[in-house]
Amino acid sequence: MAEPVLSVADLSVRIAGLHILQGVSFDVAPTGVTVLLGRNGVGKTTTLRAIVGLTPRGGEVRGSVRMGARSLLARPTHRLVRDGLGYVPEDRCVFAGLTVAENLRLAERRGVAPAYDKVFALFPELERRGRQRAGSLSGGQQQMLAIGRVLLNDNRLLLVDEPTKGLAPKVVTEVAEVLERVAESVPVLLVEQNLAVVRRLATDAVVLSAGKVAWTGDAQELLLETALTKSLLGVGSGSGEVHA
Amino acid sequence: MNTVVLLTLTGLGLAALYFLVASGLSLVFGLADVLNFAHGLFLGVGAYATWWASGNLPGAGPDGFGFVLAVVFGVLAGSLVAVLVELVLIRPLYSRTIEQVLVTVGLSLAGVALLQATWGADPRPFPRPDWSRGVTSVLGAQVPNAGLLLIVAAAVVLGALLAFLRWTRYGLIIRAGVENREMVTALGIDVRKAFTLVFAIGGAAAALAGALGGVYFGTVSPGQGGSLLIFAFIVVVIGGMGSVVGSAYAAVAVGLLQQFVNYYGTSGLGDLCVVGLLAVVLLLRPQGLAGKVAHA
Repeated sequence: MAEPVLSVADLSVRIAGLHILQGVSFDVAPTGVTVLLGRNGVGKTTTLRAIVGLTPRGGEVRGSVRMGARSLLARPTHRLVRDGLGYVPEDRCVFAGLTVAENLRLAERRGVAPAYDKVFALFPELERRGRQRAGSLSGGQQQMLAIGRVLLNDNRLLLVDEPTKGLAPKVVTEVAEVLERVAESVPVLLVEQNLAVVRRLATDAVVLSAGKVAWTGDAQELLLETALTKSLLGVGSGSGEVHA
Repeated sequence: MNTVVLLTLTGLGLAALYFLVASGLSLVFGLADVLNFAHGLFLGVGAYATWWASGNLPGAGPDGFGFVLAVVFGVLAGSLVAVLVELVLIRPLYSRTIEQVLVTVGLSLAGVALLQATWGADPRPFPRPDWSRGVTSVLGAQVPNAGLLLIVAAAVVLGALLAFLRWTRYGLIIRAGVENREMVTALGIDVRKAFTLVFAIGGAAAALAGALGGVYFGTVSPGQGGSLLIFAFIVVVIGGMGSVVGSAYAAVAVGLLQQFVNYYGTSGLGDLCVVGLLAVVLLLRPQGLAGKVAHA
């Protein structure tokens, strides 16, 4: 494997007395989509939030997270993001009271030309709806905005948390198409429950179980092993979504 | 008719005072989740700094441009103290609500004690421009100029705040941060700078309230900030945490209610009605008139 873009080693997270991650270790390849899988509540979102420095205050994080030679755990979130760690959170988290244009403008950085051309090429609707309040967009449009916001700047790695959650099947396909195009130019660490999307996008897979890594390897191989996916994820690989 | 006009305009003057204190308080709470009980101290610092400057600062005085200079000095002093409080005392305590409350309550008590120790507990006559002692005839009512000054100042501050929130980068960050501070950080923005900025703005507005309140009441005393802060908190809760426009609406409602009920009822009944209004709003609309979102 080529030099990983992100290395997570022995990552442990304890929040409010609960030991949510217990020594998680995995690498993210410098190309393609590495998908983080597991049943509900195994610590997938906690892993992404720990990487990007958003563990709730009072939470305890141990271990090592490195992007190249740089250690990430001690750095504040805004620095990590400026260093090229793009984060699209679960539930989109667009600013409902701001317009679409304002949501995008917020992601602009001083001295860096924002890539509006790239974003509007991927999401032409965002340009048309620039003056609309983000809170009045559909779930799919909000997801486009959340991804577009991150793509305004160059990223070394994108962390994307359940981008298809709660979306209509047609919109799920659109989001998957977009992520596929995005992954051509930047590696993605994706948390996803929809196995159809995983099958389409993922190159590598990391499966968590009860706060530990239960399996790592080629994502397509995992999906071919029905018994394995059933034991790790609770469903057969022919199913659409993972359910606990 | 004359009485209604007079009560309306003096009520709006009181509302202006409440708004100047509440707007900063609301933004600070909305963005940084800090319940700042020391906000009244910024008002006291502004009032005393203006009072001091009018007698001691070269070029400053009780009238004309000298008075403007004294007020500017007072506003800068209040803003500076607010920034120092944020940087030194509040910043290490973000997300530690109980410690914040203890520190800001302690600071407000210590601040009042410091002002008393320095300039005495008794009210001091405030240097007022001559024109502010007069009245202006509005629809037959003789309205004190000091009240009109407060109304104009609050309107200017409201307009400036809305323009700042609507048109500037930091205004955008503050509006977004009021909604979801964590996500602002996740876009690569150091939200702590915005915290400091809202403290500076809130401190300046409160200090302006202190200076103009001195003109309105004619005196300045160490406890003035604390007594106004109680009503400012009520205004913030009624208006909605983080909403400047909500604070403006709520300040007008509270100021007018107080003034009319105190006049037509018995003195002090207006204050009780304000508490009643707070209870009604909390029961019917707990998020306040304008919710948590700071719309420009």
